[in-house]
Amino acid sequence: MKTILKNVNLLHPEQKINEKGKDILLIDGVISKIGGLSKEDSTDAKVFDFSGKYVVPGFFDMHVHLREPGREDEETVVTGCNAAANGGFTGIACMPNTEPAIDSAEVVEFIKKQAANHLVDVNVVAAATVGRKGEIISPMAELREAGVVGFSDDGFAIKTSAILKRALEYSQMYNLPIIEHCEDETLAGGAMNEGVNSTMLGLPPIPSIAEDLIVMRDIIIGEYTGGKVHIAHISTKRAVEMVREAKKKGIRVTAEVTPHHFSLTDDAVKTYDTNTKMSPPLRTQEDMNEILKGLKDGTIDCIASDHAPHSPEEKEVEFDHAPNGITGIETEVGLALSELVHKKVLSLEELINKMAVNPRKILNLPVPKFEAGQPANFTILDTEEIWTVDLSKSKSKSKNSPFDNRLLTGKAVAAVNNKKMFYQDKFVEL
Amino acid sequence: MPLSSRHLLGLQGVPKEDIQLILDTATTFREVLERPIKRVPTLQGKTIVNLFYENSTRTRISFELAEKRLSADAINFAVSSSSVSKGETFKDTMKNIEAMKVDMVVVRHSAAGAPQFLTKICDANIINAGDGIHEHPTQGLLDMYSIREKKGKLEGLKVCIVGDIAHSRVALSNIFGLKTMGAEVSVCGPLTMIPRYIEELGVKVIHNIDEAIQENDVLNVLRIQLERKAREYFPSIREYARYFGITEERLEKNGKEVLILHPGPINRGVELSSGVADGLNQIILQQVTNGVAIRMAVLYLLGTLK
Ligand SMILES: [Zn+2]
Ligand SMILES: [Zn+2]
Repeated sequence: MKTILKNVNLLHPEQKINEKGKDILLIDGVISKIGGLSKEDSTDAKVFDFSGKYVVPGFFDMHVHLREPGREDEETVVTGCNAAANGGFTGIACMPNTEPAIDSAEVVEFIKKQAANHLVDVNVVAAATVGRKGEIISPMAELREAGVVGFSDDGFAIKTSAILKRALEYSQMYNLPIIEHCEDETLAGGAMNEGVNSTMLGLPPIPSIAEDLIVMRDIIIGEYTGGKVHIAHISTKRAVEMVREAKKKGIRVTAEVTPHHFSLTDDAVKTYDTNTKMSPPLRTQEDMNEILKGLKDGTIDCIASDHAPHSPEEKEVEFDHAPNGITGIETEVGLALSELVHKKVLSLEELINKMAVNPRKILNLPVPKFEAGQPANFTILDTEEIWTVDLSKSKSKSKNSPFDNRLLTGKAVAAVNNKKMFYQDKFVEL
Repeated sequence: MPLSSRHLLGLQGVPKEDIQLILDTATTFREVLERPIKRVPTLQGKTIVNLFYENSTRTRISFELAEKRLSADAINFAVSSSSVSKGETFKDTMKNIEAMKVDMVVVRHSAAGAPQFLTKICDANIINAGDGIHEHPTQGLLDMYSIREKKGKLEGLKVCIVGDIAHSRVALSNIFGLKTMGAEVSVCGPLTMIPRYIEELGVKVIHNIDEAIQENDVLNVLRIQLERKAREYFPSIREYARYFGITEERLEKNGKEVLILHPGPINRGVELSSGVADGLNQIILQQVTNGVAIRMAVLYLLGTLK
């Protein structure tokens, strides 16, 4: 089948491509020609006019919670992938805190089977320890053979320094990262960031040093073992500073940040809206400023949603009792364009690096290429469209987001991958 | 002039005029309470639910009495922790209660923000009777009422709140209310029991009890919780009593007339020595009556809002 994407702007910072007003010819989902299309090329082709839109390498979110297996009422592999496609992503990595945890090849295969034939590629992050209990490292060699791209006990940091050291030693044989949820359990356990707001709201506080201490530990053990440490959802000023210093020293550490940590502060908790409760918690303006600086100077490698669906029964409760986490994969691109590109924190090219290139590099995955013969793996962006978030239109099974009704500038209008395109609210075969 | 809000969720952000109005109205009701017939018909036909997720007999009785004196229909709804563990959520319970067409809900809950949550899911006037370690506005109003009664004013007074500030719902209500009324507020206690950012609320932190006595006109002494969890914040009761307890010797040594308040019940020999506690008996009894008057004022002002 022939498809033409008409009059697009191509932007691929890795390949140094920046071309305006091109037509792309796809045949059966594979790039056939970029520009210079003949009359013959157009015969029988389905044409999509994307005038003024950017075609960029398909975005990749390396931190997504699909609730399958275990909590299919909140999200399944398929609904999570639909939400990802709607958010403009062509690939995701899913986290292992399912029930049972992803700590065996069987569970990995089950998830891959559920995701088969979807537009969105699902990569699996397996548990770093058996049952995420922090006692014995998971069968990493076998898991790698089953195709996992990293290891994490997300929800917790790996419990002890000794186990983390072992996990970093073992995983580096396969060059796979240990993805850490950095939080000292003995200091955490509260409901929001410790600050003047937690004092005023009477909510049990989580001090920022709970994150700082584990980031420090992980960098030190990372340096000692030579393993790859990836800091998930970085949220504090001090943590960003430490990652910056570690990178200067050549330590193999990378970091991601969530859209909520670069667009909200703990002021948002003032309404006691449980959709402002997540782990790590929303921090202060000072922390956010350092995050923006870290995004700009490259300390923070990528943007990831930490998409965490929860049912209304679980979230519509007292703040103290609500579980952590918000959905985010469908608002991620809009928030990134609004808060980072339009506010001149990042150029569009830099944003593409953080949303398409770097996450794949961290997980040793190939970056989609713009050349004839390559499968089409694109995100199509309208950087100027002004739109309002409407959660009732979300493709996720859960709607626990604090961004409902938020006005955003810029969105992903389409995602193209695996011979499919998600466009105007539906999947189209290519 | 009516109150500016239809709920009383806390004293944070409540304007001076509103606090003044509540305290003045309470003075009127205080007189009613001295009469042989203590009942006024002002809230006749109104239904008020006392929704208590935590056991607090004193606060509940005070509200109940206030409701009866105003001729309202009071329904007590004590929610045991067992029905919570059975899976009935706060929202379910509230929806059931709302079906009874209630006008006001007095809520006590262990989770901060629970009263705010209620305002979103039901139409009744919501009165916070204590939410977690957040606020307990009627207790704060009562303390201000008692101080005003003894000292004749609030403006310019120096008030120190003594004890476990971090785990108290009374402390914040006192801080917000007193500061709005122009008092100078400090807190005194072991640093493990003082929220790290409390100074940003314009509150001075003292950790020497003698200094607190010398520098203040009023000490509002909180009850120290003696259960295990709270006990992790100080080394021993003996040490607390010795370094933060208020004794007659201490008061004498500092040679200063200070007004001491305590929400009761007192841990004798811990935050207050027996002798100091004895001297307080009169005030504590008055506070019980004042508490009813304050709650009558709040219920009346909210219940008659258009
Ligand atoms: Zn996490
Ligand atoms: Zn996560």
